[in-house]
Amino acid sequence: MAQVEGGAANAPVLPIVARGLTKRFGAVTAVDNLDFSVEAGTTVALLGGNGAGKTTTIAMLLGLIRPSAGEIEVFGTDVARNRFAVAQRMNFQSPYVDLPQRLTVRQNLMVYAGFYGIANARERLAGVAAQLQIDTLLDRPTGKLSAGQKTRVGLAKALLNAPELLLLDEPTASLDPDTADWVRQTLKTYAAARGATLLIASHNMTEVERLADRVILLRAGRIVEDETPRALIASYGRETLEDVFLDVVRGRSVHDSAERAEGGRP
Amino acid sequence: MNRPSGFDGVRPVLLPPAGAQASLRRIGALLRRYIYLLRSSSVRVVELIYWPFLQMLTWGFLQKFLATTNNPYMQGAGVLIGAVLLWDILFRSNLGFFTTFIEEMWSRNLGNLLISPLRPAELVAALCLWSIMRLSIGMIPVAAAAFFVFGFNLLDLGLWLAVFFSMLVLTSWSLGLIAAGVMLRYGLGAEELAWSLAFLLLPLTCVYYPLAALPGWLQPVALALPPTHVFEGMRAILLEHRFDASDLWWALGLNAVYLAAGYGVFRWFLSSARENGSLLQLGE
Repeated sequence: MAQVEGGAANAPVLPIVARGLTKRFGAVTAVDNLDFSVEAGTTVALLGGNGAGKTTTIAMLLGLIRPSAGEIEVFGTDVARNRFAVAQRMNFQSPYVDLPQRLTVRQNLMVYAGFYGIANARERLAGVAAQLQIDTLLDRPTGKLSAGQKTRVGLAKALLNAPELLLLDEPTASLDPDTADWVRQTLKTYAAARGATLLIASHNMTEVERLADRVILLRAGRIVEDETPRALIASYGRETLEDVFLDVVRGRSVHDSAERAEGGRP
Repeated sequence: MNRPSGFDGVRPVLLPPAGAQASLRRIGALLRRYIYLLRSSSVRVVELIYWPFLQMLTWGFLQKFLATTNNPYMQGAGVLIGAVLLWDILFRSNLGFFTTFIEEMWSRNLGNLLISPLRPAELVAALCLWSIMRLSIGMIPVAAAAFFVFGFNLLDLGLWLAVFFSMLVLTSWSLGLIAAGVMLRYGLGAEELAWSLAFLLLPLTCVYYPLAALPGWLQPVALALPPTHVFEGMRAILLEHRFDASDLWWALGLNAVYLAAGYGVFRWFLSSARENGSLLQLGE
C-alpha cells in the first residue's frame, strides 16, 4: 500500500481528500470551502438539491473542472495538476454521458480497454459482460439499447479497469425500480469484492440508504451534514432520509427538527 | 434479471499508463474507434468521395471549355483541376479533423474521453492521423478519376506533390485545432463559426487565381498564409515548369508557426473550458 510521505509513515493514502475546495463561476459560488476525506473501501453519498454542488464536486475530482481555491487529492495526487497519475485507478459512470451510438457495445468497450491499458482486454471484457449480464448485447449497436441496457453498458465501461475509486453521478436516474435495484446490488457487490471506494451523487434516498456508509449533505455548495444515514435520521428526529433531505434543502437545522419532533409538528 | 454475480472473474492486467508505448496504445485505440465508426456506415464512405468528385468534374469541364479560348493562363495543363484537388486536400483534411472531433460532442462521449487516461496531445495526434487516412480514402479515387476523365495526372507534380500535400495538411490541422478549441470553449452553439473557418482561406490564399490578382494591400496578408505559397508553386510548375524553393521554405516556416499557435489555442481553450465548467455542459 502507498504511504504518506513525512511524519505519518504508516498512514494509508486516502482515496479522496478535499481541503478548502471552492469553485466559483463568476459571481456564483457553486462549491464553497469543502473539507472532507473519504476512507478506502467505503461508500459515500453526496446528497443535495439541484445546484447544491454535487456534480461540480465530482467534476473537480475527475479533473473536468479546475477548483478556484483549495486542493483536491485522489490517492495523494493533486488531480487539478496531474490527474493522469491516477486516471487508471479510477472511473466514472453517469447516465448523462454516452458512448458512441453507432459502435457496437463490444467495439466501445474494446476502445476503452485500450485507453485504460488493459492487456487481457478480451478476457476482461467477457468477464465484465457476464457479471453485468450484457453478453447478449455485445454485438448490438449501443444506440439501439434501452435505457436500462445502456446503464449496464456504461457500468461495464466504468468497471473495465476494476477501479479502486468509482465515481457515480445519479447512477439509477430514469431506470425502472427493478433495474435500479439491480444496479444498486451490482455496485454493492463490486465494492465489497474489490474493496473499492464509491462516491455517489444522487437524489435517490432509497439508493443512498441502501448503499452509503456515510452521507455528505450539501446546501448552496457547503457541507451542512456529514454522518451515517442512520445517525442523520436519528439526529433530525425523522423516520427516513428523505425527510432529513427535505429539512436540509428547506433550510431547517438539526435544532429546528428536534424542536419540531418534540412539539409533534410536521 | 438474475441477481448480480460476484466479481470474482477475470481481473484486468493493467499496463503502465506512462511512456511512449502507452501513448501509442491509446492513440491506436482512438484510431480503431474512428475506423469502427466509418465502417458502421457505407454512406460515410460514399460521402468522402462524393463531393470531391463533383468538384473535380465541375472544374474539369470548366477547364476544358476555357482551354478552347485564347487565354494562355487557362490553357495551362490542368491548372484549375490541380487547384481544386489541392484545395480539397486542405479542406477535406480539415473536415476530417474537425468532424471527427465534433462527433465526440454530438455523441456526448467527450466527458468519457476527457476523464480517461487519454492525454490531450494523444487526442490531437489521433485526429491528425485520422484526417490523413480519411483524406486518402476520398482523394485517391478522385485523383484517379481526374486522370481518366480529363487526362490530368496529379503525379505530374512529381515530388512537389508530396511537399504540397504535407504543407496543406499541416495548415488544415492548425485550423482544425482552433475550431476544436472554439467548440470546447463555446459548445455546439459555435458550430457554424467553426465549420466556416477553412473557407476564410479560400479567397485569401489564391486557390484559383495568381497572387497578382489580389489588391496590393491584401497581398502581404495572402503571403502570410502557407497555402498561398503552395498554390503559387503549383501554378509555377504547371504553367512555367519551374518551382521557386523559397516558396516551400516560407510555407514550411509559416506552417510551423501556425501549428504551434493552433495547438496553443486548443490547449488554452481546453484549459479555459476546465476553468468555466463548459466541459460539463457541452450543448447549445
